[in-house]
Amino acid sequence: MRNPLQDYVLALADDALIAAQRMGEWIARAPQIEEDVALGNIGLDLLGQARSLLTYAGTLADPVRTEDDLAYWRDEREFRNVHLVERSWASAFGEHDFAVAMARLLVLSTYQHELYGALLASTDETVAAVAAKAVKEVAYHHEHAALWVVRLGDGTPVSHERMQAALGSEWRHVDELFDGSYVDAALLADRVAVDPATLRPAFDRRAGEVLAQATLTVPDVRPAVGGGRRGVHTEQMGYLLAEMQHLTRSHPGATW
Amino acid sequence: MSRDWPLWEVFVRSRRGLSHVHVGSLHAADAAMALQNARDLYTRRQEGVSLWVVPAASITASSPDEKDAFFDPAGDKIYRHPTFYDIPEGVEHL
Repeated sequence: MRNPLQDYVLALADDALIAAQRMGEWIARAPQIEEDVALGNIGLDLLGQARSLLTYAGTLADPVRTEDDLAYWRDEREFRNVHLVERSWASAFGEHDFAVAMARLLVLSTYQHELYGALLASTDETVAAVAAKAVKEVAYHHEHAALWVVRLGDGTPVSHERMQAALGSEWRHVDELFDGSYVDAALLADRVAVDPATLRPAFDRRAGEVLAQATLTVPDVRPAVGGGRRGVHTEQMGYLLAEMQHLTRSHPGATW
Repeated sequence: MSRDWPLWEVFVRSRRGLSHVHVGSLHAADAAMALQNARDLYTRRQEGVSLWVVPAASITASSPDEKDAFFDPAGDKIYRHPTFYDIPEGVEHL
């Protein structure tokens, strides 16, 4: 039988874990070595959040599972992350489009900042403690993404066009973040969890402020079909997991 | 593109009451980016509570060629150190 709290914590954990794994692809691929380090730091912040949340989710399982069990030994259908974080960085402009990375980081960090800010008041001590640490980290992620989105949006005609195109591809996955149908009603009633739908107005306002400053427009795009919270993922999720999990699965129990 | 970004020198103050100390340099398009990059490159391990970034081009440095003329004359002026002087008896607060 599934545990609603475990499901909720896993959804938060998997968003952070899969975002961290994708972010790692930027190390040695960013436009500057300084940006390699910045994105590496952001990825490590997300990984730290994922580890705390996965460890907690593992203690709620019966029998108890470790963070590594959950990260490396679940299959695709058991992951609860949204599609926003699992997709590749590719666009019409290349395999690793930096504008896509900054658009996605802006969406993710703005959402996570509202989420963790609300979870500070969670009646679950562990969730509230993770949120207290994470909220400061994602505030910086938001600042970093906003700086780049403004710089590129309000830059040259080419950078403006590419930034707007990148926003269009990422904005199709915004609705899924705020679909609260996966959150158990009892968790909301007990104020353990937060209904993400209630975070949407603040997200729209804060993201809108950045885009206005960047002379960009909020994309008017058809939302993509989601399903990540139910374990239904895009084709790219399989490739991501193969890379993330193959070492552990090829050499079970290996340590270094 | 990246080669056009100017160089910035980074100064970190490790604690309140201490002065900012030069820790290294980095590339950035402008001051705001330089400050963010400095945060990510030089304060990853809680090294500081305050950061300065300065355009490297704004620093006027003494020339190594003039080292002798600049610094050697101070070498034999031991009377410039307070320890050169004997403290007279009965003088307090020195």
